[in-house]
Amino acid sequence: MKNFKKAASLLLASALMVTSFAACGDKASDSSAEGEATASEDTFKIGGIGPITGAAAVYGKAVENGAKLAVDEINAEGGINGKQIEFKFEDDEHDAEKSVNAYNTLKDWGMQMLLGSVTSNPCIAVAEETKNDNMFQLTPSGTAVECVQYENAFRVCFSDPTQGTECAKYISENGLATKVAVIYDSSDVYSSGIYEAFAAEAKNDGIEIVSAEAFTADSNKDFSVQIQKAKDAGAELVFLPFYYTEASLVLQQAAGMNYSPIFFGCDGMDGILDVEGFDASYADNLMFLSPFTPTSTDEAIQTFVTSFKDAYGETPNQFAADAYDGIYAIKAAAEKAELTPDMSVSDMCDAMKTAMTEISIDGVTAKGLTWDASGEPSKAPMVVKIANGDYAVVE
Amino acid sequence: MSFISYLINGISLGSVYAIIALGYTMVYGIAKMLNFAHGDVIMIGGYVVLVAMTSMGMPSIAAVLLAVVVCTLLGVVIERVAYKPLRNASSNLAVLITAIGVSYLLQNIALLLFGANTKSFTSVVTIPALKLAGGQLIISGETIVTIITCIIIMVALMLFIKKTKAGQAMLAVSEDKGAALLMGINVNGTIALTFAIGSGLAAIAGVLLCSAYPSLTPYTGAMPGIKAFVAAVFGGIGSIPGAFIGGILLGIIEILGKAYISSQLADAIVFAVLIIVLLVKPTGIMGKNIQEKV
Repeated sequence: MKNFKKAASLLLASALMVTSFAACGDKASDSSAEGEATASEDTFKIGGIGPITGAAAVYGKAVENGAKLAVDEINAEGGINGKQIEFKFEDDEHDAEKSVNAYNTLKDWGMQMLLGSVTSNPCIAVAEETKNDNMFQLTPSGTAVECVQYENAFRVCFSDPTQGTECAKYISENGLATKVAVIYDSSDVYSSGIYEAFAAEAKNDGIEIVSAEAFTADSNKDFSVQIQKAKDAGAELVFLPFYYTEASLVLQQAAGMNYSPIFFGCDGMDGILDVEGFDASYADNLMFLSPFTPTSTDEAIQTFVTSFKDAYGETPNQFAADAYDGIYAIKAAAEKAELTPDMSVSDMCDAMKTAMTEISIDGVTAKGLTWDASGEPSKAPMVVKIANGDYAVVE
Repeated sequence: MSFISYLINGISLGSVYAIIALGYTMVYGIAKMLNFAHGDVIMIGGYVVLVAMTSMGMPSIAAVLLAVVVCTLLGVVIERVAYKPLRNASSNLAVLITAIGVSYLLQNIALLLFGANTKSFTSVVTIPALKLAGGQLIISGETIVTIITCIIIMVALMLFIKKTKAGQAMLAVSEDKGAALLMGINVNGTIALTFAIGSGLAAIAGVLLCSAYPSLTPYTGAMPGIKAFVAAVFGGIGSIPGAFIGGILLGIIEILGKAYISSQLADAIVFAVLIIVLLVKPTGIMGKNIQEKV
């Protein structure tokens, strides 16, 4: 029996060695084949990264769907410069490390341009990689400043500071309030980034911030203290720069405390009416800055909403819209730069960098959307107000 | 006036921690294991009630009973499949890691079944809020129900352990598993019963948690679960009244720390207090100091 075991293990060990050598050989021949393949490739390979599982899955899924819709439309109409697009989306679970892994997976697949990452922290991590590889990166929804700190990265959405500044300007220009309370998520770059810019701009606009209270991702259920402080300070408006999940709790708890100031939020508030079972009356008169409103009567938006519904059975949110515009921006820039799929990733990136600043697209998130070399988009902000359980654009 | 109002908010947050902590402490006290999946059983309980009430149109009482049944079964199955085979493993770590694994498994199953979208929970509590001092102080109906439920459960559990045979068996198992076995106690059955009760309590905790803070995602149970675990340690893990006191105190400290020290440091303050308490009294507020005899 002992001898048998020995023999068996020897056999197994040798088998293992043979296969590992074989694997080496395979890999070598693979990579050479791949090298040739990229050169003679006849399609543009665009990769996407975002969370399609985990807590932020809603955003990643929306981006994946929005981007696929745009890719399918473009392919049906002949592609970019006559070449079809191949699109592949990888999950990062809203985790920086997994996002970099996803990026490497996509690179192995032969990605030439990146649409992603969807969320800020992972996007910042991936931006370091794309900078090293000089790969063109366009994030549909990474709002943190650092997401586009390098020349090769652009974004479709507003940055956090821009949103904060625009909100403060809007509140003062429309005389909504002079005494404002802020509740923000100090554990989130998105939320604290908006808050800082808002606070800076508020000073210039004659808005007094009477209370600024934080919460963190670990204690995001009970807002009684933050609301009580805003109430005691006599705030006429409470600014909520965070996502609707927490905001729905804030609104309900404020109602329970008989406190009804104006509530004002950012793009993260979009989707609050879609929370299943949420009593929309709590959100009545809630205002927020939004790049995209599915109920808009604009023809391009309606076409997009209808085809999105046909394809995925749900109303697109702003993430889907950002991704949709993102793919069309890539198309416009690639056509401007006269890209061909056989160019190297780095050449492509250099050409795209210039082309992005020269294009102007009429997308679903804005008309006449343009970019400057810093990677920031230039577009007019839109404010949405909830009335009678529906979103309405404030003119 | 605002101090009293903070205090009330603290008690109401604390009562939710307390009710979760009861399940934690009971399982630890008897099976001597940290069931990290407890928070996720709570989340499952919340979803069961939500589905029963919205999709099946069940009245709230029936929905809560259904959730208790589902969670009890779930608890027994988890114990049988994931924990029991490891009970005699050489390292206690094995079962701890398994519990973390079960926690992730439950979260991912919920993600698969219900999606990542936040769902708003309709409160099962219909008692109106209590208004004191001309509407200046408001105690929500959920808080009242949570505290009363918590006290009822606490008393019932203590009576159950003191007065019934099964309860005495639990006590015996918690003190010495080997000796209990020699005395003819069905150790496996007793531990399974502990998990059944603990998970049934988790369902009730889930309903009350979601009624007080009406948003439900697959990750809803995770953080309150950890906070409740802290509350259980704070009060003296294994002690049933300790879980109640620990939970309430934790809630009050969290809210007052947020209100008077810093809203950014709320959690840091909670844990700092925990460390201080454990330094002074290593077994927690109500914990018994049992000396190991050599």
